[in-house]
Amino acid sequence: MAQASVAETRQSSWWHRNQQQLTPWLFLAPGILFFLFYVIFPIFQSFNLSLFSWDGLGAAEFVGLNNYEELYYDEAFYTSLKNNLIWLVLYLAAIPAGLFIALFLNQTVTGIRLYKSLFFFPFVISQVVVGLVFTWFYDPTFGILNVVLGSVGLPPMNILGDENWVTIGIIVAGLWPQTAYCMILYLTGLNAVDPEQIEAGRLDGAKGWRMLWYIIVPQLRPATFIAFVVTIIGALRSFDLISVMTNGGPFGSSRVLSFYMFEVALSEYGFRMGYGASIAVVLFLIMLGFIAYFLWSMYKEERAR
Amino acid sequence: MFPAPIERSPRAWQITYQSLLPFALILWLLPLIAVAIFSVKPDADFVNANYWGWPSSFEGFTNYALVFTGSDMPQYLLNSFKITIPTVIGAVALSCMTGFALGIYKFKSNIWIFFMFVAGNFVPFQILMVPVRDLTLQMGLYNTITGLVLFHVAFQTGFCTLFMRNFIRALPFELIEAARVEGVAEWRIFWFVVLPLMKPAIAALSVLIFTFIWNDYFWAVVLTQGVESQPVTAGITSFNAQYRAAYHLMSAGSLVAALPPVAMFFLMQRHFIAGLTLGAVK
Repeated sequence: MAQASVAETRQSSWWHRNQQQLTPWLFLAPGILFFLFYVIFPIFQSFNLSLFSWDGLGAAEFVGLNNYEELYYDEAFYTSLKNNLIWLVLYLAAIPAGLFIALFLNQTVTGIRLYKSLFFFPFVISQVVVGLVFTWFYDPTFGILNVVLGSVGLPPMNILGDENWVTIGIIVAGLWPQTAYCMILYLTGLNAVDPEQIEAGRLDGAKGWRMLWYIIVPQLRPATFIAFVVTIIGALRSFDLISVMTNGGPFGSSRVLSFYMFEVALSEYGFRMGYGASIAVVLFLIMLGFIAYFLWSMYKEERAR
Repeated sequence: MFPAPIERSPRAWQITYQSLLPFALILWLLPLIAVAIFSVKPDADFVNANYWGWPSSFEGFTNYALVFTGSDMPQYLLNSFKITIPTVIGAVALSCMTGFALGIYKFKSNIWIFFMFVAGNFVPFQILMVPVRDLTLQMGLYNTITGLVLFHVAFQTGFCTLFMRNFIRALPFELIEAARVEGVAEWRIFWFVVLPLMKPAIAALSVLIFTFIWNDYFWAVVLTQGVESQPVTAGITSFNAQYRAAYHLMSAGSLVAALPPVAMFFLMQRHFIAGLTLGAVK
């Protein structure tokens, strides 16, 4: 009897009736508020700001689409856009390179664990340090690159001082940690490959490349998807390396949108926040295409569960 | 296993493989090895253009001691820890909660809130730069460690939520149902049932976020300036300006700056890798 009455008072309490509906929102509240405040609202503010001319201190002046019109005639904007495309395309080389190294290291000889972690090393260190290391690697007076070039009879090169080579030189520096990342993704993926399918493939006479392409790669799809996501995001976010290695030079030829935006809005070239925001909006719209695709893939997978 | 296990191949190939390994590793890490050698060279070697030869004398102790005594490096390192550790705690705490809410409860807007976190995590930093800097200035937190930490916590919550939610989804749901049948309150389910099971995810995220935040350069430059609040990634550039062309000191400084995440990685390797694969690849 006593128990029943306790249960009754419990049920009548508003909190207990709605507990399961309310709990998730209480748990979500701090995270959502923080995220809205620092990430989601600023995106809209940037969109808004791109319609203004503002030096960051005084009053902002509404200029409509003037910033975008200026972008349309801005040489530097096209250089940055072109470099962004080069980054996107060349950075993807990290994926096959990572797979290749993963295949090379996917053995069980003694000490292989240590080898795997040492190969992963470049990803753990900061891009600022990677940039510094590669700047010296390319250095025209003492860099190893020219020592190597000289030993095979080629003329010395000043990679970071040459408008045609500078972006490629920086991308190679970026590929070093990125390849390490893709490698670790594939190493984990290779662990999960179904041994029975490999044996079945072997019985059917599949070997080497054919085995890799028709049996292994399809099973590595989840790893490949993540590798794609992180590589594309990484390519579009490239900033640290450019800032450390060339500061956009020579003559702005190694700028990408993310760097150009920073330069316009926050460097000694002037505090043009509105113009900077319009560059950021363009970069955001490019990224949005990829984000939509990633979310769509995730959505399909959720539905399939 | 693919490729075919090396033990099954001819002896000659086994030996080739074994000797190829260290060779490939040295080639792969050559840029780093070069910096390590630079950092123990005496100043004279650079004056005499002995860049790639053997160090004429071992000056490792002098160089590293100078990094710690003759520059602001200790302060920068301290700042980095003061920024990184609170961020890790904050982001992991927030995402344990959001991940729990999104992973356990079924409600209409669940997937959209989840996608908001995921999408926000992928946006280019530049679209946030001007408003976040302005916001930080207005709150009087520009050039403070707190300002940087608050932003990092908020931004990392996106990635952490993605990770935590997927992890919790993979837990056996019967446990929660059983607890509910017993009449356990929802928050007690979180605290006593789910949280203990999340330990591996918390460990993985902690190492990963530690590395991300330690290596952050962009936000350090945007939200701070000067020795009192800048982390070591930004500090290394002023350090390098101070010791321009003193390659041995720049190398030593860079290695010191890179060390904490490296140490973290080697200590918590298993968790680190679980974190990187977003738990999607097992």
